[in-house]
Amino acid sequence: MPMLLTIRSLSKSFPGARALDQVDLDLRAGEVHALLGENGAGKSTLIKCLTGAYRRDSGEIRLDGEPISPGSTSEAQELGIGTVYQEVNLLPNLTVAQNLTFGREPRRFGLVNGRAQREEARRMLAGYGLDIDVGRDLGTYSVAIQQIVAIARAVELSGKVLILDEPTASLDAEETRMLFGVVRSLRDKGLGIIFVSHFLDQVFELTDRLTVLRNGQKIVTEETARLDRVKLIEHMLGRELAEVEDAERRRTDPDAKNRSELIRFENLGRSGLVQPFDLSVHRGEVIGLAGLLGSGRTETAELMFGVRTADSGKARDEDGDVACGNPREAIASGFGFAPEDRKTDGIVADLSVRENIILALQARRGWASPIPRAEQDRLADAYIEKLDIRTSGREKAVGDLSGGNQQKVVLARWLAMNPRFLILDEPTRGIDVGAHAEILRLIHQITGEGMSILVISSELDELIAVSDRIIVVRDRKHVAELTGDDVTTGSIVRAIAADDGAKSGKAA
Amino acid sequence: MRRFLARIAPQLVTLAAIVVLVTLFFPDFVQIGFERGRLVGPIIDVLKRGAPVALLAIGMTLVIATRGIDLSVGTVMAITGAVGAWAIASGYGVVPALALAMVAGLACGLWNGILVAIIGIQPIVATLILMTSGRGVAQLITEGRILTFNDPAFAFFGSGTLLGIPFPAVLWLLLAIAVTLLMRRTALGMLVEAIGINRAASALAGVNARVLLIAVYMASGLCAAFAGIVATADIRGADANNAGLWLELDAILAVVIGGNSLLGGRFSIAASVLGALIIQTIDTGILLAGFPSEYNLVIKAGLVLLILLLQSPNLAHTWRFLRDEAMRRREPEPKLHTRKEIEP
Repeated sequence: MPMLLTIRSLSKSFPGARALDQVDLDLRAGEVHALLGENGAGKSTLIKCLTGAYRRDSGEIRLDGEPISPGSTSEAQELGIGTVYQEVNLLPNLTVAQNLTFGREPRRFGLVNGRAQREEARRMLAGYGLDIDVGRDLGTYSVAIQQIVAIARAVELSGKVLILDEPTASLDAEETRMLFGVVRSLRDKGLGIIFVSHFLDQVFELTDRLTVLRNGQKIVTEETARLDRVKLIEHMLGRELAEVEDAERRRTDPDAKNRSELIRFENLGRSGLVQPFDLSVHRGEVIGLAGLLGSGRTETAELMFGVRTADSGKARDEDGDVACGNPREAIASGFGFAPEDRKTDGIVADLSVRENIILALQARRGWASPIPRAEQDRLADAYIEKLDIRTSGREKAVGDLSGGNQQKVVLARWLAMNPRFLILDEPTRGIDVGAHAEILRLIHQITGEGMSILVISSELDELIAVSDRIIVVRDRKHVAELTGDDVTTGSIVRAIAADDGAKSGKAA
Repeated sequence: MRRFLARIAPQLVTLAAIVVLVTLFFPDFVQIGFERGRLVGPIIDVLKRGAPVALLAIGMTLVIATRGIDLSVGTVMAITGAVGAWAIASGYGVVPALALAMVAGLACGLWNGILVAIIGIQPIVATLILMTSGRGVAQLITEGRILTFNDPAFAFFGSGTLLGIPFPAVLWLLLAIAVTLLMRRTALGMLVEAIGINRAASALAGVNARVLLIAVYMASGLCAAFAGIVATADIRGADANNAGLWLELDAILAVVIGGNSLLGGRFSIAASVLGALIIQTIDTGILLAGFPSEYNLVIKAGLVLLILLLQSPNLAHTWRFLRDEAMRRREPEPKLHTRKEIEP
């Protein structure tokens, strides 16, 4: 079968890092081709070279046998390469029809012809199984529908190659099925589709072939059906799975009950946010917090760390009351908090890895007693090594690192503080399998050193793997506490779903 | 040190280029003489006349580093100048007059800081309030007239010399060095940059963003007080209507020419001060070169646009790309050679 898109020896370097090293990729017409790899493996760079966002350093890209060299996203679109990103890059405050025909609106007497525009939009959406009012603002529809509108636009404009970059990251199961239906029908029409995702199940369900990148190099291209999960993860990680499984094989520690109490939150709550709850944290224990999105998981953490002010309750330890009314007090009380959205609340993107790691420590010491530079360097290097942060040096801006490495920098910032109680909100979100396993392993390691941790996660497997105890949150209320052998996916889902069975399904 | 020089290199090159350009039109520009115990010459004049904007730019750099902006500094100059002139005219003596002017500047900064950091008004709006209303305050102090005084000790701050160098030039140089040391020898500089880049993340890491923001606006007020003292002492009178008029815009421009991002973050005070000198050199140069005065502003605008274009990161990107392309075009020959050798 002739190749639709062939990439040969594509290389791209950034200052201090080789992002892509002689990468080859073949895309057939009429296939869904998964592009896989850990964070920092080079997936985004490869896609950006294809869509013209980056200029490649060397190598060749051929589309239908013709060498191409897109210099901008619009040029790539005209050549036939369309892209849909995880965050929909359309305009939510325009109507669906305006979005679909943006830049090439049908006109009459020099004015936009609204009726023809809506006709055109309906024509474009025909075949996608969407029955929506194209005259309504795009932003009023769900992310899944926005996603499909974005695909419809990309297919209309480009029509040969469609790149889907993490399209399912914010979709629920039903929406994902709908999206997959659309992708399959486009494949049957002969489009070549590149599918980037961290969800391996989806890769096995949807794709025909896959290519694995690691550290900027192509590791393998294979028929998806000829690989199993373990083999695939091995390709992605490049090391024995034993390590990963070790981290996942945690079982409740038998002497967990004998651990002494570290901090007790009593009746902590805020009306409209989280109903008052009691929670006692023991030394060296990992508490998991499970629940649906919006159930009060993150809010619980925010109350504990003083990001939001509690209107009832307090925290106390063996010496008396513990102040945690705002982040500075909480930090002074030995708390740490790695928030859910590391880009907006975690990293300080333009500062270096070193500065990000020492930031909290420096804030605690006060501006007048700077940490000596030699000490900063030592700390930064120590954590870069300990957490295996992949960076070309401690002076690199954190914003230039991949997501997993950014997360490790935020972790390092808190570990450098040596807190007694660390709250991790979605520590592995948007992180690939490799960094994932490393972060889980780190959680074990730090609790081994006596620190107590509260982990919030949507991934039940992950929670079960790391937690000694799991608190289930539903409708802004702590509804259950699971320990020992009760810590299973089934029991968590039952606790989340109790009373209203309709809500089971997905723990988002 | 090397990083410092690399950071301010574009501004140094620009300043040198402007000096060369002016010298082409006015050859005597670089001449420095020594008369009656003081250095004289166009360049010395630039160092002195540039003082108000350079002083304002020091504080403005810090405010902009926090992702803010301070539009009120020109007005604060008028207020502090009026306070100083009033104190001198009322017979308080130099030290109380200076102290009162500085306190007035700090108070203005505190007001701005509270509006921004505690009430949460956008900086451009918050400081616009003082920018427009402050001149009224200054007029109340001067009672609507130009408040003149004749105190040689106070006038020294505007027209005196130290080791032959005009005192205003000494003042901005010392203040720039002092503030830079304060920022870089303590952790202040990094903390200011951190809240400018990501205030939410910094606050979660325990940085006291509110206090820092207020402090930064107070620093800007203090710098404006120094500028106000210099301007008032120079003309031996406080003109509430015209003192520091539009200088906030020159100060912002100086910070931008200094390569500091209006989006906050990394900052360099040295580069901002060089930016102020670049502006003053253009101003003085256009006058000396003998262009009809009606062209001045247009020529200045053209030069500023050119400087900003040449310094823009996008252009740097393009240049790097063109350079790499040129290098690659030169390379192929030896490459082909080696390949032939390897192949059997």
